[in-house]
Amino acid sequence: MSEHIVPPKTYLSVWAALLVLLGATVGFAYLPLGPIHVVAALTIAFAKAVLIALFFMHVKYKNRLVLVFVCAGLFWLAIMFALSLGDYLTRSWLPRPTVWISVPDSRRGF
Amino acid sequence: MSALPEHQFDDIEQQYDAAYSGMWIFLSTEVLFFGGVFFAYVIYRSTYYDAFAEGSRELSVFLGGLNTGVLLCSSLFMALAVHAAQRGRNKQLIRYLIITELIGALFLGIKFLEYYKHYKEHLIPGLNFSYPGENASQMQLFMVFYFILTGMHAVHMLVGLGVLSALAILAYRGKFSSHYYNPVDIGGLYWHFVDIVWVFIFPLLYLVKRTGG
Amino acid sequence: MTTTVEHENYLTTKLGWKSWFFTRDHKRIALLFLLTVTFFFFVGGTFATLIRLELMTPQADLFTSETYNKLFSMHGIIMVWFFLIPSIPTVFGNFLVPMMIGARDLAFPRLNLLSWYLLVLGGVFELYAILSGGIDTGWTFYTPYSSQFANTHVVAALIGIFVSGFSSILTGLNFITTIHKLRAPGMTWSRLPLFVWSIYATSVILVLATPVLAITLTLVGIERLTGVGIFDPNLGGDPLLFQHLFWFYSHPAVYIMILPGMGVVSELVTTHARRRIFGYEFMAGSIIAIAVIGFLVWGHHMFVAGQSPYASMIFSILSFAVAIPSAIKVFNWTATLYKGSISFTAPMLYALGFVGLFTVGGLTGLFLATIAIDVHVTDTYFVIAHFHYIMVGGMVMAYMGAMHNWWPKISGHLYDEGWAQFSALTIFVGFNLTFFPQFVLGYLGMPRRYHAYPPEFQVLNVMSTAGASILAVGYVVPLFYLIWSLWYGKLAPENPWQATGLEWQTPSPPPTDNFEESPIVTEEAYAYERAA
Repeated sequence: MSEHIVPPKTYLSVWAALLVLLGATVGFAYLPLGPIHVVAALTIAFAKAVLIALFFMHVKYKNRLVLVFVCAGLFWLAIMFALSLGDYLTRSWLPRPTVWISVPDSRRGF
Repeated sequence: MSALPEHQFDDIEQQYDAAYSGMWIFLSTEVLFFGGVFFAYVIYRSTYYDAFAEGSRELSVFLGGLNTGVLLCSSLFMALAVHAAQRGRNKQLIRYLIITELIGALFLGIKFLEYYKHYKEHLIPGLNFSYPGENASQMQLFMVFYFILTGMHAVHMLVGLGVLSALAILAYRGKFSSHYYNPVDIGGLYWHFVDIVWVFIFPLLYLVKRTGG
Repeated sequence: MTTTVEHENYLTTKLGWKSWFFTRDHKRIALLFLLTVTFFFFVGGTFATLIRLELMTPQADLFTSETYNKLFSMHGIIMVWFFLIPSIPTVFGNFLVPMMIGARDLAFPRLNLLSWYLLVLGGVFELYAILSGGIDTGWTFYTPYSSQFANTHVVAALIGIFVSGFSSILTGLNFITTIHKLRAPGMTWSRLPLFVWSIYATSVILVLATPVLAITLTLVGIERLTGVGIFDPNLGGDPLLFQHLFWFYSHPAVYIMILPGMGVVSELVTTHARRRIFGYEFMAGSIIAIAVIGFLVWGHHMFVAGQSPYASMIFSILSFAVAIPSAIKVFNWTATLYKGSISFTAPMLYALGFVGLFTVGGLTGLFLATIAIDVHVTDTYFVIAHFHYIMVGGMVMAYMGAMHNWWPKISGHLYDEGWAQFSALTIFVGFNLTFFPQFVLGYLGMPRRYHAYPPEFQVLNVMSTAGASILAVGYVVPLFYLIWSLWYGKLAPENPWQATGLEWQTPSPPPTDNFEESPIVTEEAYAYERAA
């Protein structure tokens, strides 16, 4: 088969990088970054996912169609997030009934 | 296994291509499956940030982080197993598959330990949940998502262990060669994907507001 | 004159129940699906009959409210998940897609068989839920009723749908891989029959939307079993979250249902008017556009549910956008018919019915997409009429058209054209009499899911029920003449319609491997002018 065979050394390097990123994930969590935390955590998680996909799952050595299949799920998930968040984030743009404002924050929810 | 290539394919290349693509399409469905829960989690986490932060602090970063490392190691061995298959090294393939499985089982063992801790601490929703403070019901919501996400992940791991066992048995029976190792490759895809899901679960669940900052 | 097929074919190669229940042949699997979806069609139809009987009178006299709730819920669940969604893809998609692209089978024949078993298993769970008392949540399973208060076998119903969802996913996965990887030499994307394009687009939706349904139903099940408040407002949950997740799947689901029908209509119109399709690229592009834009409009089901008005506006505009490719298709079918050599065979009658009725359904969709109108007609019979025009006037007619068009290929026999035309016309008349009054009823304010209504609505309701009885006749008659044709129908030649398309270049019925040798394609699809 004309399948590109990835040398084990590459796998070991990727594995090492993944462990470093894991350390970064935990480390960053204990830094005072405020709201950037989530962004940092997700970025590192994405980096790990990309490494696993490209090397362990051989996506780097495949054709473009595979890349489309790989990205499709994520792209569609992004649609779900974007349009639904459009609802949640804009609900408060209109005035709410006064009786609700007296409810404490922790119970107000949506 | 039927004659190779199977009758609907012109050659073994086409069969391999189809299998690889087909598995990635299946993994896309998994992205949306887990993605749906992640979405619900994101909505509730942003609405009840403090309660969810409290919930997150009930989890052990050590155990979660350790487990993440464990899975990353299992992925390494899975990749090495596929490599062995590509090289036609059957004994090595079986060895690496078994090591991957053992590491995967270790992950589940650690997870079980965590679940047991939660049980002792009365944190299991619908079973014995009791928590002081006015944020209790939202904290419970956090635990609900924790159990759904890690539970579904664990189920996928169990299926993965089954797949690896089947692959090891087939390898033992001499079904694979450097010419044909599709099932090992696509089994590997599934295993790596389950790893990727955990890579996202860990920070999103375990690392919510671990500092005052 | 013999009416027994003489050459060996996929039906006769191997005999015995094992050769059917363990088959890998896409054509046999298609027939297994045919039996299953036909069964469920009549189960769903029975519920519809009971509904229409109750609605003949303004009072609630045949059924209690609880029972009526179960009738419309089960009608919806069975029709949506066990008939409409599987029907054309698993029967005609399975049978025809490999043949249309010049392949010997689908990419994953065993997954195909598994798909059927999963549909049957899901159906068993659903039948259990029905027989053990039914479910009353509506096919939409809105929370918190379904997750907290419903006393019925909701979890069993959810499992049934979950399992059938896996059936859908595997089917979609199979088609996508097959269409990408198994096309015969020369069968480029731009030479694919539009039916294959429509199955491809449907499969993309199946694969991307169904998992979200799976997780949504799982969450409802978990809430029912643990009482934890994912969707319970008292415990901080948001019922609207359920609706976002549910409709993220269920709106694309309606495109899963209609796109294959559109693909079928393109085949019927070209075959029975002997014309190349007008605007092939736009037709293919529209199919893809409908599939993609269809994922962006789900909030139009939630205009009055508490969704932010700004989000509603976005969803409203996007819903208008999705009508554009649909309209392009209607125009192009019409243009294809113009100056065509039209034969008013049963398939053509069904295709014509589709084009007209789908147009009505689609236009009324635009009314519903207009928030200001939707506020008044949502949850009324207007909505019911809208989607039945598309699903029954559109989809089911396409299904019947496909059944007649490819019956000779599938069975090796010709059906009786006279009876078929009679059925088609009966269905058309019955359908309009059933559902047109419902537009008026909805506009006048009759709510959906109610079995009692003000006496001034009775005339329209009686018309609707009368229409339903005619419609029922139209659906039952084909059972007779189609089954009759299996024993006594004239033998079908290879290409009874003189149509283009690789499936018509095989014997009727085809051999197991479809083609002696892999065909080599040199012509575009629908090369009618040259063939004539």
